[in-house]
This record gives sequence, C-alpha cells and structure tokens, in this order.
Amino acid sequence: MERKVMIQADNLKKRYRLGQINGTTLQHELQSWWAAKRGKEDPNRHIGGTAADPNAVFWALKGVTATIYAGETVGIIGENGAGKSTFLKLLSRVTIPTEGSFDLYGRITSMLEIGTGFNGELTGRENIYMNGAILGMNKAEIDAKMEQIIEFSELREFIDTPVKRYSSGMYTKLGFAVASHLDSEIMIMDEVLAVGDVAFQNKCIARMRQTAAEEGRTVLYVSHNMNQIRQLCSRCIVLSHGEVIFDGPVETAIQHYLNQFRQENIFRNYTGESRPKWLTDNRIRIRSAEYIDHDTIIFRGDEKMRLHMVLDVKDDVPGLSLRIEVSDLNNNKLGTYFLEDICDCRAGETVELEAEVDISRFTNATYNTIYCFYVRDDAGTNLNVDRVIGLSFIHTYSEVARQIQWEKENWGYLRLDGAEVKELKRY
Amino acid sequence: MDFSETTIKDYHVHVDSKHDLFTLNLKETWTYRDLIWLMTRKNLVVRYKQTVLGPLWLILSPLMTSLMYTVFFGTVAGIDTEGLPKILFYLASNGLWAYFSTVFNRAADTFAANANMFGKVYFPRLTVPISNILLSCVEFLVQFLMLAGLCLWYCLHGMTIPFATWLLIPLILLWLGVMAMGLGILVSSFTTKYRDLRILVNFGIHLWMYGTPVVYPLSLLKGGILRQMVLWNPVTAAMELFRHWVLGTGSVLPAQIISSLLFTVVFVFIGISMFNRIERSFMDTI
Repeated sequence: MERKVMIQADNLKKRYRLGQINGTTLQHELQSWWAAKRGKEDPNRHIGGTAADPNAVFWALKGVTATIYAGETVGIIGENGAGKSTFLKLLSRVTIPTEGSFDLYGRITSMLEIGTGFNGELTGRENIYMNGAILGMNKAEIDAKMEQIIEFSELREFIDTPVKRYSSGMYTKLGFAVASHLDSEIMIMDEVLAVGDVAFQNKCIARMRQTAAEEGRTVLYVSHNMNQIRQLCSRCIVLSHGEVIFDGPVETAIQHYLNQFRQENIFRNYTGESRPKWLTDNRIRIRSAEYIDHDTIIFRGDEKMRLHMVLDVKDDVPGLSLRIEVSDLNNNKLGTYFLEDICDCRAGETVELEAEVDISRFTNATYNTIYCFYVRDDAGTNLNVDRVIGLSFIHTYSEVARQIQWEKENWGYLRLDGAEVKELKRY
Repeated sequence: MDFSETTIKDYHVHVDSKHDLFTLNLKETWTYRDLIWLMTRKNLVVRYKQTVLGPLWLILSPLMTSLMYTVFFGTVAGIDTEGLPKILFYLASNGLWAYFSTVFNRAADTFAANANMFGKVYFPRLTVPISNILLSCVEFLVQFLMLAGLCLWYCLHGMTIPFATWLLIPLILLWLGVMAMGLGILVSSFTTKYRDLRILVNFGIHLWMYGTPVVYPLSLLKGGILRQMVLWNPVTAAMELFRHWVLGTGSVLPAQIISSLLFTVVFVFIGISMFNRIERSFMDTI
C-alpha cells in the first residue's frame, strides 16, 4: 500500500551565530566601526573572545533528512542540544532553515510551549477562542469543538474564570485540550506534557494515539521521558549533535539514545575536568578512578567491583567520606553506597584508596555513577568537597537473570533481599 | 472554512531559505481573519480590565489632550482655527492624529511586543498590525461620537455642519490606517536589529505632528519652504480633507491627495514585503 507522505525534510541545516551579535544598537555598531577605523580594540567585543571571530557559529542541525507518513506517531529523542527543538521549530515555521528545505502536505498544529498566546486577563473560554485562532482554526470550527475541548480539559467549572487564576497544571490542561482538538493533519509537541498530573498525561497520550489511529493524524513528539515515547510512538528518530543517528523502531532507538550516555572507560582522569558550579569547596580533588583487575565495564553477577582512586588533598579534611550514587541511563537515581570516615586528610598529601563494592543486587542493565566526596560537619549536614561523574558499569549474568526473566519496566533495577516466609499454614 | 478532502489532498507548503523580494502573503492572512477580529477584541477587553474608569478612558484622555491644545495653542498662542470653535477644531484634529499615531506606534512595536508568541507558533504575522488598525478604529469611533455630539450642539446653535460628507470618513481611516501600518511595520522590521531606531522614531513621530496641520490649519502658513514641506507631508492631505468633510473648513489640492495615496501604496508594499522577509527568521536575531 502506498503511504501518504506528510512531511519531507530534505537535508535541513540550521546555523546560529554564537554570542550576542544581533540585537545590537546603532550606537554599538558605530562604536565598533569607529574603533576599527582607528585601529583600536573593539569596545563591544566579548571578553575572552577573539577580535576576528566571524566563524563563531553553531550548527544546531547539520543536515537532517526524514520522511514522515500519515498516521505515524514519531518520537524525537536525543540529548540536550541535539537539535530536537530546532527541528520542530523549523517544521512549525517559526524560523527558516539556513540550508535545505522541507515540504508539508498537511496543516500543522505546533505546541512548542503550553498555552502560547494565553492572556491572563481573559477567561478560559475566551482563551480557547484566541488560542484556537492562533493555531489556525476559525470561529465556526472552534464553536463546533468548544464542548469537546471543555470536556477534555476537565475545567468546566473554571472555564469563565480569568486564566491568571489558574494553576500551571490547569494551564497545561487547557492548552493541550485546545491543540489536540484541532482539525490539523500534523501535530507537533515539544515536551509539553512535563507539567500536569500523570493521569492527565496518560489521557493526552491516549488522545494522541487515538487521533493517529482513527483519523490518520501524524504526531511528532519530543520527550526525555522514554516511557511516554514507548507508550505513544510507533517510530523514533534519534538526533545527536544535529544529525540523525538512528531512525526506526522505538526500542532500538531508545537503546541507541541511551548508549550515548554510557561511559565505556575503565579508567578516568579527572585533572582539568570542570566541576559543577555549585561546588565551591575545593579542599579535595580526585585525580583518577579505575577498575582494578578488570578490562571491561561489564561485571558478571558474582563479581565484586573493585575501585582504585587517587586523591589530591589541597587542605585539611577531617573525616573524608565518599558517596557512590548509582542511576540508570535516564538519570533516575537508584541508590547510593556510603563509604564513611575514610580518613583525616592532611593538606598536601596524596591519598590512594581501594574500595570493594558489592553490586550483586543490581539486575541486568547499564548503570551510571557519580562519585561525591563529602565531610559531615558538627551540625550533621553533609558538605560536598568534590563531585565527578564516575565509571559506568554493566551488570550481566546475574543470579537473578539466571532464575527468572527480569522485567525491568515493572520490577525496577534492584532485587531486594530480606523477605522470607516465616510461617505457613495449609488447609 | 470547510476543508474538504480535496483541499487537504492539495495542501502543500514548501519551505526553504530562499525568499522572493516581494511577497505579500495576503491570501493566507485572509484565512486568519477570525484571528484578526479576536485579537482586536482581546486588546480592547484587556486594556480596560481592572482599571477604575474602564472604557471611560477612551473618552477622557483625548478630551483632556484636546482641552490642553485649546488652552495652549488656541487661547495662549492665539492660533487662528479658520473661524471654527476651537474645541471642535482640536477635537477633530487630535482625534485623527491620535488614530494615525497609535496605528503607527503599535505597528512599529509588532515584533518587539510579540516576540514571545512569534517564537512559539506560526501564523501570518500581518494579522497583528491589521488587528491593531481595527483597534485604533474602535478607539477613533468612540472619540468621534463625542465630536458628533458637540457638532450637534453647535448645529442647534446656528452653525452649519456638512453632515452628508461624514459618510466618507471611513475612506480617510482606510487611507491613513494603511499608510501608518505600512510605515510602522517597516520600522518594526528594522528594530529587530537596531533597537534604538525605535527611540529615534518615537521622537520623529512627535516632530511629524508639528509638521502636520494638527494644532494649526494649513491656511496659517502663508508661504515659503515651511508651507511647501507641510503641504507635501502625506498626512496633511488626509488631515485637511478630514476637517473639510467633518467641519467644512480647510483646503486640499488634488495633487496632494494623489501624491499621498501614491506614497501610501508604495510604502505599504515595501513595508509588507520587508515585514514578511524579516518575519521568517527574526526569532534568530531578536
């Protein structure tokens, strides 16, 4: 069967100039021009920037080609800055591509933000009209859908209240209700369901699936929430640094996406690596971390993880402790190991330590870690003295996996101990 | 509008980085006419919500300006108003000038005031300045009713008012509205890059008022370069014609009207072309 093409993107590229180049004032341009004429330094140049920096550009998209058919629900995933939002912005016609082109064969409703054009002074009902009109409906179409929209938004009793009195969740409900009831053939959503309660999120996803299946609507959905992507999408495009690195089945795409975050190294050197901004205490700096007697990051179920770390002590740290925070590839924190009161460190010395970590509770999956050194002060609060991204590990062939097929989606990542039947009665 | 099967099948938009120099995109704007009307309504409602006097400000602020003009220009400076009661002259002049300058100023702020919305959703941007013309029309209408009441009062006291030609006033509103919008969106297109142009233009529009027979009649200028300048100012023709049609005074040459209309057509064409050009990518520069 011949499928109808809805979106044909052809080698789409988008370039942004870095720094504040535009949005300038005439005065600044004249200043710069005058300074250049006299051979002086440009007074408006950014500190640390080079004088001749016309190449300071950033390619948000480096040539994206994709064909999207009617009735498809396409997820677009990728790390921050991969170009997802830029891609949607172009398709929404908010801005134009630097190179390349695209063709749309249906009307587009785009929701790059919830409730664009909502005015706080207007009531919910008035805003439905405004929002609908902005998204391309005429008044008769909105009138025809009004009841459905109010019903879907679950806001009937507040519909004649000015929306400035609404909560952000109510805002989302109203915005989504309008957008999802438009008669457009293509719907574009940029992670707009992040707010709002889970029940409503599920309702929205169900609604999108329904319109895709029954009315042949095409949905493009950006999210960092892989569960939503799994629920909604029939196909997934993975973007990375402005390029398509995978386009195909959802599960495979999610694997591709998650694999980008995996640290394959069994050794990491932290000298010169930047620390988070909030970390002001610099008494300790970890120099390196390494797995001992291990040449991959894959651990079998019965293996212990042995870590070797080297620390540079810049100033006295009494009672240095270490947290190893373990998270999945979605950055959901799963649990934390504590190594308390390792030693009282003296300024100027170098500390080497070896630690053994029991990871047998973890089931088959890839895990990221964070190493965070801290001290506990007199008041009992933890004061962080260093924090770096740790070595990842993959757990395979665990005891658990041998016995049962572990359902990660339903059971989580940890197999807990400590439950046993104490008494049993049978009749 | 009914999107039947065939229209959906035929729907096709091609987008790339190229841009024709002159594209007016009026057809698409027309399909969004309900949005234009809704925006006008919204602006009217929002402006006067949570103010004590509410829509009364629509009458009060021009009335106060006109009274001020009457006192300072009419009485203190003693400017001759071609035999008209001063308050009538200033109410009429000020009403039309306020219409012109608000259309212009609102159009000039189009990109700056709506950047947030423009960055999130596509619709023909021209709907915004067009809806602002309608908004200014409504404001003009309210002020005109006040003028009409005053005219009626003077009429009962023996003055001749050419009520028949009042029917032609919408033509002047269209003419000045299109001119002001054309110039305004042109300024708006440039202010996305040069912010301080807006301040300069703000000053310029004040200067322009004094170069237009608003606080004085054209007949006051007897000759010389100043009269020539005022004579060929494109707003002058509309202003004099307006007073002629409403109050029966003032003079205007056909050549003035033709040149002003020509000016309007040329600038609205350039304005819209420029506006449509900037509109496509201004989100990257603002």
